[in-house]
Amino acid sequence: MGLTRASSGLNALRESFISLNASSFLIALAGNPNCGKSTVFNALTGLKQHTGNWPGKTVTLARGRYSYRGLDFTLVDLPGTYSLLASSVEEQIARQFICFAHPDVVIVVVDATCLERNLNLVLQVLETTPRVVVCLNLMDEARRKKMLIDVPLLSQELGLPVVPTVARDGEGLEKLKEIVAAIAAGILHPAPKTVRYNQAVEAAVITLEKQLQPLLNGHLNARWVALRLLEGELSIRQELEQHLGLALPQNVIQLKTKKGVSA
Amino acid sequence: MQMVTYLNCLAPGSSAEVVGLQATGFTRRRLLDIGLVPGTRVEVIRHSPSGDPTAYKIRGAIIALRREDSMQVLVLKL
Repeated sequence: MGLTRASSGLNALRESFISLNASSFLIALAGNPNCGKSTVFNALTGLKQHTGNWPGKTVTLARGRYSYRGLDFTLVDLPGTYSLLASSVEEQIARQFICFAHPDVVIVVVDATCLERNLNLVLQVLETTPRVVVCLNLMDEARRKKMLIDVPLLSQELGLPVVPTVARDGEGLEKLKEIVAAIAAGILHPAPKTVRYNQAVEAAVITLEKQLQPLLNGHLNARWVALRLLEGELSIRQELEQHLGLALPQNVIQLKTKKGVSA
Repeated sequence: MQMVTYLNCLAPGSSAEVVGLQATGFTRRRLLDIGLVPGTRVEVIRHSPSGDPTAYKIRGAIIALRREDSMQVLVLKL
């Protein structure tokens, strides 16, 4: 099945910025494939978006709404991805949404039975935005496999709220809604731990970050953009131009080759 | 004696630990994202009938890699 530009959601992405009800908070739902993300989506919104046990079933963005204590939330179900950095269509959609649609909160759903594999995405998301809550899903399966997860320690290590859930049975979802509402309303400010790289990379990041800060004007995390540029990723330049109308001056790019650092 | 070799050189049933990647750009990113970072343990599960790709167990998931990718992963045979 071929994915054309129109069906891949890049246009839908735009539309989703515009038609959003102004009084509604925008919540993005991210996660690895097969971690129960769509089940969380359905449980929160009461919708019956199709769920199934095969990869790649959420390629376009599904939207749904729910309210909690009189507040209105629009939930966007992003395609399941292992990463925000490589350039498959799914990853591009997820990344562009998180970076450019400015969701008020990002819920990262992780599979409690396979934390090691799932935390990669959590780390990548928290490099772009601090407004993140981790939904530790499939806790029933973890219990069945006799796995014990130290939730407070995980939360402390990440610097993020972590909510254990069994989305299938609705367990933990009230708590999840409460945390999401608190972050959206600005009552709770997660302070995620910043991932530090080696000295050479950090030095280059700081130089780039200073140049990027005034250009990005708070629209995007300058540190994150600096890291992507250092990785030699070209799509980020294109995306900045497309979404923010920002053409990076040539000297920003030159620094990359001069330093010759690869992350 | 411990021996550094390439991931594609291991026989099914053997295990190894990743020491580095020789891939660059997109392939490097992809290999890192599927969990092949230095220190990761990899188990060789089986070859496909044609000999390529090969299934590996990486951090709790079974992932098939083509030879052109696995030959860029440096491992320490365990």
